[in-house]
Formats: sequence, structure tokens, C-alpha cells
Amino acid sequence: MSALQTPAPSLAQRYGAQVRRRITVLLLLLGLLLLVFATDLGTGPAGITWHTVWQGLRAPQQLDEGTRVILWELRLPYAVMAVLVGAALGLAGAQMQTVLNNPLASPFTLGLSAAASVGASLAIVTGFTAWGLGPELALPLCAFGGAIFAALIIHVLAWRWGASVNGVVLFGIALMFSCEALLWLLQFLADSNALQQIVFWSMGSLGRSTWPKIGVLATVLLVCALWTQSQAWSLTALRNGEDHARSSGVAVERLRLESLVRVSLLSGTALAFVGTIGFVGLVGPHIARLSLGEDHRFYLPASALAGALMLSCASILSKVLLPGVVLPIGIVTALVGVPVFMLLVLRHQGGLRT
Amino acid sequence: MSLVLQQLGVSYGAKVVLQGIDLAPLPAGRMVALAGANGAGKSSLLRALAGMCRMTGQALLDGEDLARLRPPARARRVAYMPQSLPQASSLTVYESVLSALRIACPQWSAADTHQRIDQVLHSLGLHALGLRALDSLSGGQRQMAGLAQLLVRQPRLLLLDEPTSALDLRWQLCLMEALRHYLAQHQALCLMAVHDLNLAARFCDDMLLMAQGRVIARGEPGRILTPALLRQAYGIAARVESCSMGLPMVVAEHALDPE
Repeated sequence: MSALQTPAPSLAQRYGAQVRRRITVLLLLLGLLLLVFATDLGTGPAGITWHTVWQGLRAPQQLDEGTRVILWELRLPYAVMAVLVGAALGLAGAQMQTVLNNPLASPFTLGLSAAASVGASLAIVTGFTAWGLGPELALPLCAFGGAIFAALIIHVLAWRWGASVNGVVLFGIALMFSCEALLWLLQFLADSNALQQIVFWSMGSLGRSTWPKIGVLATVLLVCALWTQSQAWSLTALRNGEDHARSSGVAVERLRLESLVRVSLLSGTALAFVGTIGFVGLVGPHIARLSLGEDHRFYLPASALAGALMLSCASILSKVLLPGVVLPIGIVTALVGVPVFMLLVLRHQGGLRT
Repeated sequence: MSLVLQQLGVSYGAKVVLQGIDLAPLPAGRMVALAGANGAGKSSLLRALAGMCRMTGQALLDGEDLARLRPPARARRVAYMPQSLPQASSLTVYESVLSALRIACPQWSAADTHQRIDQVLHSLGLHALGLRALDSLSGGQRQMAGLAQLLVRQPRLLLLDEPTSALDLRWQLCLMEALRHYLAQHQALCLMAVHDLNLAARFCDDMLLMAQGRVIARGEPGRILTPALLRQAYGIAARVESCSMGLPMVVAEHALDPE
């Protein structure tokens, strides 16, 4: 089609260059995350220097007991948990937006988080221990139960009336309000100990991160990430539209169901440990989409990285906003996430995409 | 390559939208127009053959029952383009075609895959748009990208639902010529639902005229496009003239009151 006769790189070559650019962006995101993670480790009310952090990571036994506890029992688990929860929510939001064909979909906006909170609160109030497995597993199990219940209703709605209709979002909002009412009811009925735990939930905090919880979440994240990545082409094809994807041989209903199960697992487990954290699952995928498009081989890991980056930044902010106080991180993500999201929407509307 | 339909039927709940569709073998290399009023069953026939809805009866492609094929196997043989355009997502044209191909033909080597995409985008005149995002393209360009997703997997049966609905005159010609070339080269068969009868008369070998879920006439466009059949299928008074190339030209005069 070109009138120029000079030898130009073929389309496949230019596509190859684009793929390499995307891999570079992914690596940059990863590098940025490592930087922010290190900053997160070095930030806190105890005033430990970078040098001490670095030493303590390499040779913990050389630290004095107090510093060792602060580094290994507080800062490191908080920082790792921030990365894992952010990644889990980013990955969940990304596939949710794709299978529901809705840029407003996320575990938070469609009520999955709220339903997961109800599940976990029920576990707290009733003292459910998952047949002796202990609260480390009982909480995520019940949260998953709540989330999958909400996800299945969304699946049925999407199957019945089409995924992209606003009805799904409206339904999510309705579900969120119902779950909040249920949460209030549970708080009203709970004893003071359980009440305190439930309140911790509704704010969202990294304050109770422990290594066993990190182990559970890391396992779920790894399994779900590999599972999602194996369907990257199907999810990409789905962005052409449901009928077009079906015509290419994608089993759309099954893909949507599997994705919603993964979303429930990811958001249920993440929220079981840190409580309700909004906007990461919504904004993370938008950052990924704006920076490297929607080929899901790159978009999925980028959403996870963007989510992790957001929550790590929020974790730093939660420590420095009020000197000497660590704010619940859910408050920070909402305060910072909303303006960032508005900015993204405005940029998008103005056609100023990168 | 041939397609045979036997007593094909489609119902949505209690509503019967297609019934008793019988077709003697449609041979390879042919472009077949499905004509008829809105709601006559054109789209339903295409959707049923594409496996998008349940059907009764049989559709045999080279003796293989289409209803028994699993989605990826069917997608390799049968390619369906819905009436809706590919969604205005931020996928590039290249990515949208690549993803469709990766699902249907995962066994192809990377070199084959990229060479094939390059060829198809060239043949459809989309080469310059390959790395543009779908949401930055016009409706017509997206429709062409939708066709590229089909041709790239080299199907034997193409099912196109109003493939020229968003195209200007130039793109209409590009699409029809690219299709003719593809059918001749691959000995494939194409069924397309059309509203533009003159375009169909010029490019299609065969025409099926549908009304109320049935095929009421089949044959060369010159034999199907008669005032009597147009009246029966569309409820219009029409003249059919002959252009200087000897092709029939339909001039719709006025709508008739429903009887």
C-alpha cells in the first residue's frame, strides 16, 4: 500500500519490535517495584537505616534482637504482603475486566470483596476453624466462599443477559450494599473481641501479616497466575468481542467461569489476610492497559505488577503521612487511588494515551 | 469440499426461526448469497452452522457432521464473522488476528503464523494499519480486521453476516475481490448474508432467497432476482433491469402493504 519504494521492515518485524518494547516495559515495572519495595523496607517509625536493613537481610544473626524483630517480623512481612496482595488484586481485576467486558469491573466494585468480608466475618463470629486447620486457613476459606458465591451470581447474570451490560455493575453495587448491611448485623451481634477483628477488616490493614499467611497467599497467587497465563490467548481473543472469540474457537462460558473462580480465590485469600482494599484491582489493570496494551501475555503480569506497585507505594505512604503512626492501608489506597483513577479516565477521554 | 444441509432447524425456546432447510451439495469455490427480509432467518442459519446456537437436522461439511465438532476443530474448518464489528478495544489489528489464529491453529510454527498474518493483511489492504489499535480505526476498517481474523486460519467454509455493512464502496470492492481470490485459491465455500442485492448479483455465484425461516428459492442471482420473488421475500414492488454488463439490477420502487 505504501508509495515509498525504500525497503521497510516487514509488518512481522515491526510487530516483533513492539513485543520487545512491551517486554522492556514489563522489566521496567519490575525494576520500579523492586525499588519501591526496598524503600518500603527502609521506611518506618523505628528509624532503622538503609545500611542496617541491607545488613539485616544478608545476615540476620548479626543484628540486635530488637532490630531483628522489627525487620523480620514487621517490616519484611508487611512489605511482602503489600506486594502479594497488590499483585493478587491487580491480576483479579484484569481478568474480571476482560471476561465481563467492563472497564469498571473489579473485585471491589462488583461486590466480591464485600461478600468475602461477610464470609470471613462469619468465620470470626462463629469461631469456625475449618475442621481444625486453624484460622490461617479458615479465614481465607470462608472469604473464598463468600467471593465465589458473589462471582457465581455474576456469572449467571452475564450468561443470561450478556456480560457488558451495566446491569452487572448495578447488581454489584446492590450486592455491596447488602453485604455491608450483613456486616453491620454481624458487628451488632459480635462480642467485643470479634468486633475488633471485624472492624480491622473493614479498614484494610497490613498490620497482621505473618509468614504463614504470606505462604498461603503466595501459593494461591502462583497457582492462579500460571493458570491465567495459560489462557492468555483466549483472554486476548475475547477482547475482539464475545461472538468473534467464540468463532475463533474460544469456549467463552467456560473461560468466564474459570476466570471468576480464580478471581474469587485471589481476592478471597488476599482480603482474608488484610481486609478490604479498594481501587487496586480497578486501577492496576488500567495502568497496565495504558502502558502496554491488551495482549494478555503482557497485560496480565503488568496488571499484577501495577497492583503490587500501587500497594507498595500505599504502604510507604501509610507510614509517612502521619509521623509515628502507621495508617490502615485501605484508607490510603482509597484516598490516593481515586484521584489517580480520575486522572487516568481524563487522560483516556482526551486521547492522550501513551 | 462440499456442504450439504438436511432438514436443518433452529428454535429459540418455543419460537421456530428456521425449519426444514434442505440443500443439495454446494460445491467448493462458490460464493453464495443469503438474501431475504429482516428476520427471514439468514443470521440464524449462519449462527447455527457456526455452532453459536443449537440446531436440529444435519449439516455435513465434506461428510463431517458440524454439530459433532469441538470448538477449536470447528474453528479450523468453519470461520464465522458475526454481524457486530470486532470490539473497539486497545488490541492492535495484528494482535487481534494473532490471537484468533493462536486459538484455532495453536500447532502452527511462529514463522508460519507471522508470515500468514502478513500475507492476509496485505491482501486485504490492511498492511499499513497492522499496528494500529482497533479503537483508533473506523468501523469499516474494523470490519476488514474481522475478516482478516477469519481468512488467516484458512477455513474451508466462510460464514459472513453482512460483511459489507460498514464498508464504503471502495472497501466493498476490496473485500469482495479478496474473497473471490481466497475461494478460488483454497477451493473454499462462502455463505454470506447480504442486503445489497446488486452487489450480490455482481459477485455471488449462487443465491438463496429466504422468507420466514425457509429457503424459498435457490439459483443464480439472475434467476432469483425477479419482481415476483422480491415481492414475496421483501414485500416490495421492484423492477429488475439489466445493466450494460448484462448483470441484473434491482430498483426497489415502493413498499407494499402487508397482506
